[in-house]
Amino acid sequence: MTAPFWTEGDPIADRAAPDGPIETRWERRKFAAKLVNPANRRKLTVIVIGTGLAGGSAAATLAEAGYRVRSYCYQDSPRRAHSIAAQGGINAAKNYRNDGDSIYRLFYDTVKGGDFRARESNVYRLAQVSVNIIDQCVAQGVPFAREYGGLLDNRSFGGTQVSRTFYARGQTGQQLLLGAYQAMERQIGLGNIEMFARHEMLELIVVDGRARGVVVRDLVTGEVSTDVADAVVLASGGYGNVFFLSTNAKGCNVTATWRAHRKGALFANPCYTQIHPTCIPESGTHQSKLTLMSESLRNDGRVWVPRRAEDCGKPAADIPEEDRDYYLERIYPSFGNLVPRDIASRAAKNVCDEGRGVGPGGLGVYLDFADAIQRLGRKAVEAKYGNLFEMYQRITGEDPYEVPMRIYPAVHYTMGGLWVDYDLQSTIPGLFVVGEANFSDHGANRLGASALMQGLADGYFVLPNTINHYLAAGPFDAVSPEDPAVVEARAQVEDRLARLLAVDGDRTVDSFHRELGHIMWEYCGMERTDEGLTKAIGLIRGLRDDFWTRVKVPGTGEQLNQNLEKAGRVADFFELAELMCIDALHRAESAGGHFRAESQTPDGEALRHDDEFSYVAAWEYGEVPTLHKEDLTFEYVHPSTRSYK
Amino acid sequence: MAVTGLLLVVFLYAHMVGNLKVFVGAESFDHYAHWLRTIGMPLVPQDWYLWIQRFVLTAAVIGHIVAATILARRARKARPVRYVHRTRVQGSYAARTMRWGGVIILLFVIYHILDLTTGTLNPVGDRQHPYANVVADFAPDRWYVTVFYTLAILSVGFHLRHGLFSAVRTLGQRTPRGERLARAAALALSAVLVAGYLSVPFAVLTGLVD
Amino acid sequence: MDIQVRVWRQSGPSDKGRMVTYDVKDISPDASFLEMLDVLNEKLILDGDDPVAFDHDCREGICGMCGMMINGVAHGPERATTTCQLHMRHFKDGDVIDVEPWRAAAFPVIKDLVVNRGAFDRIIQAGGYITAPTGTAPDAHATPVPKPDADAAFEAATCIGCGACVAACPNGSSMLFTAAKVAHLGLLPQGQPERDTRVIDMLEAQDEAGFGGCTNMGECTTVCPKGIPLTLIGRLNNDYRKALRNT
Repeated sequence: MTAPFWTEGDPIADRAAPDGPIETRWERRKFAAKLVNPANRRKLTVIVIGTGLAGGSAAATLAEAGYRVRSYCYQDSPRRAHSIAAQGGINAAKNYRNDGDSIYRLFYDTVKGGDFRARESNVYRLAQVSVNIIDQCVAQGVPFAREYGGLLDNRSFGGTQVSRTFYARGQTGQQLLLGAYQAMERQIGLGNIEMFARHEMLELIVVDGRARGVVVRDLVTGEVSTDVADAVVLASGGYGNVFFLSTNAKGCNVTATWRAHRKGALFANPCYTQIHPTCIPESGTHQSKLTLMSESLRNDGRVWVPRRAEDCGKPAADIPEEDRDYYLERIYPSFGNLVPRDIASRAAKNVCDEGRGVGPGGLGVYLDFADAIQRLGRKAVEAKYGNLFEMYQRITGEDPYEVPMRIYPAVHYTMGGLWVDYDLQSTIPGLFVVGEANFSDHGANRLGASALMQGLADGYFVLPNTINHYLAAGPFDAVSPEDPAVVEARAQVEDRLARLLAVDGDRTVDSFHRELGHIMWEYCGMERTDEGLTKAIGLIRGLRDDFWTRVKVPGTGEQLNQNLEKAGRVADFFELAELMCIDALHRAESAGGHFRAESQTPDGEALRHDDEFSYVAAWEYGEVPTLHKEDLTFEYVHPSTRSYK
Repeated sequence: MAVTGLLLVVFLYAHMVGNLKVFVGAESFDHYAHWLRTIGMPLVPQDWYLWIQRFVLTAAVIGHIVAATILARRARKARPVRYVHRTRVQGSYAARTMRWGGVIILLFVIYHILDLTTGTLNPVGDRQHPYANVVADFAPDRWYVTVFYTLAILSVGFHLRHGLFSAVRTLGQRTPRGERLARAAALALSAVLVAGYLSVPFAVLTGLVD
Repeated sequence: MDIQVRVWRQSGPSDKGRMVTYDVKDISPDASFLEMLDVLNEKLILDGDDPVAFDHDCREGICGMCGMMINGVAHGPERATTTCQLHMRHFKDGDVIDVEPWRAAAFPVIKDLVVNRGAFDRIIQAGGYITAPTGTAPDAHATPVPKPDADAAFEAATCIGCGACVAACPNGSSMLFTAAKVAHLGLLPQGQPERDTRVIDMLEAQDEAGFGGCTNMGECTTVCPKGIPLTLIGRLNNDYRKALRNT
């Protein structure tokens, strides 16, 4: 009998959120929050980790308000944070189309889309400030798509019935990020933000129970230093790279949030990851990342695999119509190829697991445009999807006008993250978490065009109106560099770096990361079982031990050493991976994008258990992690079952 | 660069028109040369206009060279370590040879002044009868003069082909259509200029003018 | 396929640097150029050598982090393609490929193929923004923007700040980068109040950073992975002329 994987602790609750009518909760919270006199703001320093949509907008806004900000990013410029890669768009309840949209409807759609595993208060606030985000971005010069009349264009995205998505061609994330970046650069120029690019946060400094600073490593010189302030904001993004292959940037990592977790911040819903169905499949063992293609392709493409496994090696053109299995149309006749992301992803994995996948390694399904080209003509298809087809051809070398595209699901976004209250404050006072790094507003599944909305809502409008409540008690006592907490945090970092360099084994960091990714994809991906997750935990522990005895990190710590950076990140991914599996194991229900094989309806659909699992799982770090439950109550949107048959 | 360059181009065109007088005949050509000295009279004394023009042109040339030198030095400073492997992908031959082309043109201008303005290097050197000087210059046995002249004029052609486009771009030309137009015009104007200037020595060489 | 790469190795800013030849065997034509370097690095690490340092992040052509001179061309032989999206199928078995960092005084080499592009951030700091503090914005529909202007602003705004324009420019000039931002903001009504000071301040910052001057050669636009057009430089010049007159 093995030791239990977790223990259960006291429940927790979000004490910052007001109750009463949901429409006025945010107003009331803002009013109740203590303010900081403008003259006193110059005396208060805030550290912001990460410069994506959430971190960039937060740093700029706090600096505009008069706080002193010090900002860190691992990239060579704040403009390169991975928010830049978001393609689709950003939702806002502007109702410019007069199509019945409202704050309430956006709130309703988001709670339902999250499969009733998000907080109503937070989601309502998100919908409220979504309106201000668009105004702010337009004022900054974000070149959103416009109509001939000169007004902003909207489109319907991710299966919603209203057109509320604002976009800038397929580069909305880039344009929004550049807006935040420019606002930030302005503040850097004015001396209100001190920017440290190519710096990575490796530890959180907690003094007398408050987050007071960070330990960072200058990635160019290797110098480890400490920085103390009155509050710390983590905006370090998601942890999709635990799967090795994902649509995340190569540098995306969990280190900042994981280090904070180890220092006492609870980590909520770590097993909630989003898997996107239309990515370009792996082409071989050299594959280093996966590329997303817009979901809009499913509007006209038909998804199929060969009916028989033995046909998989044949060219698609040699497989006659009667030997093809248009499985989405077959299983979900009313939605067909347009079923939601999670269902499309899982169905693809199922057919590949049956041995009917196509392409290298049998990890792909066809997305065929032959019918669309015949029906609409090549010109029309080109006008609609030309740039996507071009991208596909660039990467695969295949012409999708001639042979069907191959697609496969890939990890895209992580809904889990550090637990925060309504003020976006973690369980460590003074540690705030914004954007994808917090467990946020998406519940078990994120709707399309909601990630950009949340990142900017947190950074521009929420945090700058809540952090003052905490800072009003400051400036806090100065922290000396000799403070035991500072010295200890720094020593922890230096010791860890030294240990990584000292192993000098016979395997590269990437080889471990790739293997970890395989385990996670296999057992903690779209479909999970009790048995698989238990096995995965064992495999991860074994691999982690192996890592610390066999990894080879070349070079020294006193220089630009990209493998040392990677090694530190992978070491943290090992610990996170285990917690993800434990979280997935304990949640014996299917919710959002997460299919638990033991929890399904007689016809094989996801089965949620609201009676048992209507809570946020917030984990406390420990040898054996402790689970704290935050009960979710639904006063406005009543839980219902999704059906797409 | 752009303003001084354009000024020099205007001069080159005026100079070319004057040169073509050579086809009308010796008298007309010499008369034209004489006329140049009398422009503005009697408002200004003889030769004054010419000296004003010389002064302006010299200033333009110096300004052009100074600007080019600053640009070249900045470019050198902007890339202190050179590429080991460098492939040009776009910049036309004309654009790439602006600097060395400019040096050839400068050397030629110096020679040209010593040859046909002061007459120092001219076999005839009769300042009253420039027609004779020109004919003597391009005599078949002095083929090397013609070769140098041709090389210099071709350099001018290349120089203008990029220079004209670059000048209007520097002065703010900013539409794709305008860019196509500017490039076409630069090519046409350079070609006309080259043809105009080369017609004289080759006419002498082939005996069309004697 | 088997290839040879000759890579610029430079251990730090004070090292002189040199080209070093490596054999890379069994590369899939479907691998990206960076994945080829990954394979090389895995081998170097296991052989006890120092792996090649190179910048990269999103690997989908949008973050602007990657970039190297491949056979003397910024981002390699394919047009409108970043290094991360260049695939080995564009090379032949047995090819010898030269790889060098961006070379410019304003982009000092940190290590191997990694350079410091902080100068671009300083140009943006000087004026590459619209002053609109959070919370001050009017309704997004308060000012309509003609679609052609919005589209042109978007085209200019797609610049990813990779630095290929500087790397390719025979003068080491950053004019295309600066011009793209000046055009993006100058085309929008929101960008008008700061239009004059923006262009003057950004050009000054660009000169201060040590970039060369523009002679309209056009190498920049040809290698630009986003195809930022050369006409934007004319637009910048025009704005600059007007700004000098207005101030």
